[in-house]
Amino acid sequence: MIRLWFKSGTPWVWLNAAAVSASLIMVIGVLGLILVRGAGHFWPSPVVQFSYQEKDGQIQTIIGEHIDTSITPAAMAKSSGHVMADDEETLVQYLIKTGNRDITGTDFRWILERNIKQQQTPAELMVVERREWGNFYGRLAAVKENGKIIAEGDQAWPVVQSRIDDALSVFKKITHLEKKEVGAINYSLDQLRLKQKKLQLENRWDAATEQQMATEKTELETEYKKYQAQLSELYQQIRRDSLVAKTENGNEVEIPLNKVVRVFQPNTMSVFDKIAHYGVKVVEFLTDEPREANTEGGIFPAIFGTVLMVLMMSVIVTPFGVIAAVYLREYAKQGFVTRLIRISVNNLAGVPSIVYGVFGLGFFVYILGGNIDHLFFPEAAPAPVYGTPGLLWASITLALLTLPVVIVSTEEGLARIPRSIREGSLALGATKLETLWLTVLPMASPAMMTGLILAVARAAGEVAPLMLVGVVKLAPTLPLDGNYPFLHLDRKFMHLGFHIYDVGFQSPNVEAARPLVYATSLLLVLVIIGLNLSAILIRNHLREKYRALEG
Amino acid sequence: MTAQHVRTHAIDVSSILRDQKRTDAPNEPCIKVENLNLFYGEKQALHNVSMEMSKKKVTAYIGPSGCGKSTLLRCINRMNDLVDNVTIEGKILLDNENIYDKAVNVAALRRRVGMVFQKPNPFPKSIFENVTYGLRIQGINDKRILEETVENSLRGAALWDEVKDRLNDNALGLSGGQQQRLVIARAIAIEPEVLLLDEPASALDPISTLKIEELINELKEKYTIVIVTHNMQQAARVSDYTAFMFMGELIEMGTTSELFTNPRKKQTEDYITGRYG
Repeated sequence: MIRLWFKSGTPWVWLNAAAVSASLIMVIGVLGLILVRGAGHFWPSPVVQFSYQEKDGQIQTIIGEHIDTSITPAAMAKSSGHVMADDEETLVQYLIKTGNRDITGTDFRWILERNIKQQQTPAELMVVERREWGNFYGRLAAVKENGKIIAEGDQAWPVVQSRIDDALSVFKKITHLEKKEVGAINYSLDQLRLKQKKLQLENRWDAATEQQMATEKTELETEYKKYQAQLSELYQQIRRDSLVAKTENGNEVEIPLNKVVRVFQPNTMSVFDKIAHYGVKVVEFLTDEPREANTEGGIFPAIFGTVLMVLMMSVIVTPFGVIAAVYLREYAKQGFVTRLIRISVNNLAGVPSIVYGVFGLGFFVYILGGNIDHLFFPEAAPAPVYGTPGLLWASITLALLTLPVVIVSTEEGLARIPRSIREGSLALGATKLETLWLTVLPMASPAMMTGLILAVARAAGEVAPLMLVGVVKLAPTLPLDGNYPFLHLDRKFMHLGFHIYDVGFQSPNVEAARPLVYATSLLLVLVIIGLNLSAILIRNHLREKYRALEG
Repeated sequence: MTAQHVRTHAIDVSSILRDQKRTDAPNEPCIKVENLNLFYGEKQALHNVSMEMSKKKVTAYIGPSGCGKSTLLRCINRMNDLVDNVTIEGKILLDNENIYDKAVNVAALRRRVGMVFQKPNPFPKSIFENVTYGLRIQGINDKRILEETVENSLRGAALWDEVKDRLNDNALGLSGGQQQRLVIARAIAIEPEVLLLDEPASALDPISTLKIEELINELKEKYTIVIVTHNMQQAARVSDYTAFMFMGELIEMGTTSELFTNPRKKQTEDYITGRYG
């Protein structure tokens, strides 16, 4: 019976199905976890006021968001030093995000459920998102203008809202001025300085150029002074207002509005308010720059850096891989050496990525970059231009890392082109090169795209080598901006993968940053899916166009 | 094959020959093969083949599978150059020029000697692009010339009426017979002097085969045609001259009617009466 059952192949089918299900469950599990944890981060949770009995018996008020609950069995709780009554089977603890790091020194606190005397969600509790020191939780007391109270009590709330809107628009102007205008002037001044040094090095520095440069410099400086005046005015404007808030203990704290991102009272928000709030937060996450050592704010520079790096990698790796594959398959004499090269290429795909990072740093950055600096940018010395990790070297290193997959799949694509098609082209008087360009390569393009898809999937998720060749925790400027030559290949950049590592493990406030880690992971997955999908769409389009292979 | 089949087979050929009207214009040699030997590595595939093919006539190569008829055909436009380890000795003269001379430009030679393969092999491009492929390689991009050539070539290949409304469709959407005629149109678009047909109808259904054969009859007014076929009726129907090959050797060559009705060699007779092959 059993033997028959085995012979029938049923167990084999079940085994196959089980393997597929296991993989599916894992994928869905991973995606589900980061989706729930990451996407939930932006939902405004209610702010709770606890009356809590401390160890010394005093009743204290604690205000904060209930983040997590942990249930520990009695035995384990005892061994970790908790006093347990005999009838208690579990110890329930709440993790509360209390914020107010500037006052209490911590963002989070664990409290025991059994010591909670009372739990309320009063409507007037507010959350202040600040640019420094994390969230503030408490009650609004008053709004001040130039140190004088202009609204108090119930009137304070609408006033603070409108004042914050003002402050935010001023803040926007300030950032624009500092980043764009002043940034451009600084860039031009720096270019001018380098030009001067270059001319001096080449002994072409004379009175006329000196005169000309001095005028240019003065012009820039006048412009700079103009912006400076505007800026100081704006700074005065933004520093004018402040809000006074009461902490859980009733202490009053003054928070200047230039440090505030937004205030909201989550306990009074309707579902639609919360959805709107959620939307705003998600948009901020996607389009803003990080704050507070990357634990708050957005991750736009990291998204931008990741996508730009992957695109540059694709632009570098595709021609190289295709040319190498064409040589190996079409021109090289098939024999021992070709076989050896092919084996080496395949093995190259198995080299650990950090090794590529080391190679990139040692060869591209120090040797190539160092020599480029030496030859073309002597005026910048001792500051390196290309002799330091940057976007270009990161892209090239990753291109090297993904070269084998492109070569292998292109070769397979070339091998699949029927001989009859090549002969058809040659018989019409085409040379080998013409046949290759007009017929064979277009027909092999879907295979090239397959290689590129694999390359993109590998490159976008790679972190280790990037840490050596160009990724940084916080890049002051994007590698693409309005200053000539627009794409700055020498600049360092931010990357989602490294961002996850940095926020999750290197940040001073790991607990606060954890949801952000999930959110960033989710985004990284989405970016990779997006990049892959576009490549797959292109491939399918090409396949449709050149579907001769099946015929 | 059973004996019965063999008998009818042989009779068929002679009846076809009786029906066929032949033009007996003076013969002008166009291609001369002189003492051609071909080796694939150590193995010799062609043994000392010499023959002449006349201008604007149809010459058919017949013989059993593996006898070297396709190999010989592929020598005429140097398609065998693509095969690794091939050695060719002897001469093939096209208009008294040895095509195996070192100075010969192979691409230019192939423009003079077009070829159609056994299996239709259109490019995965539009019908228009397929026909203009050879012209574009020569750098001809004038739209008017291209359009004119496409129409003439497709008319020449008896395909124009079927595809004139969908020239921009992918050629792979055509039927097998249409694809083969498209490939012929592609070959005659560059106006070669010689057309080599390597079993052009063997992958096609009877109706498509008939169309191709009619086409060959029309094409011989303009081109010198060499056709390889394993179908003796086909050879009898379309060709003016027939060469019988066996084991890499040219056994006998003559006018088609003579070879089929009055073979000089025993081997030829055995083959055309169906005793082997």
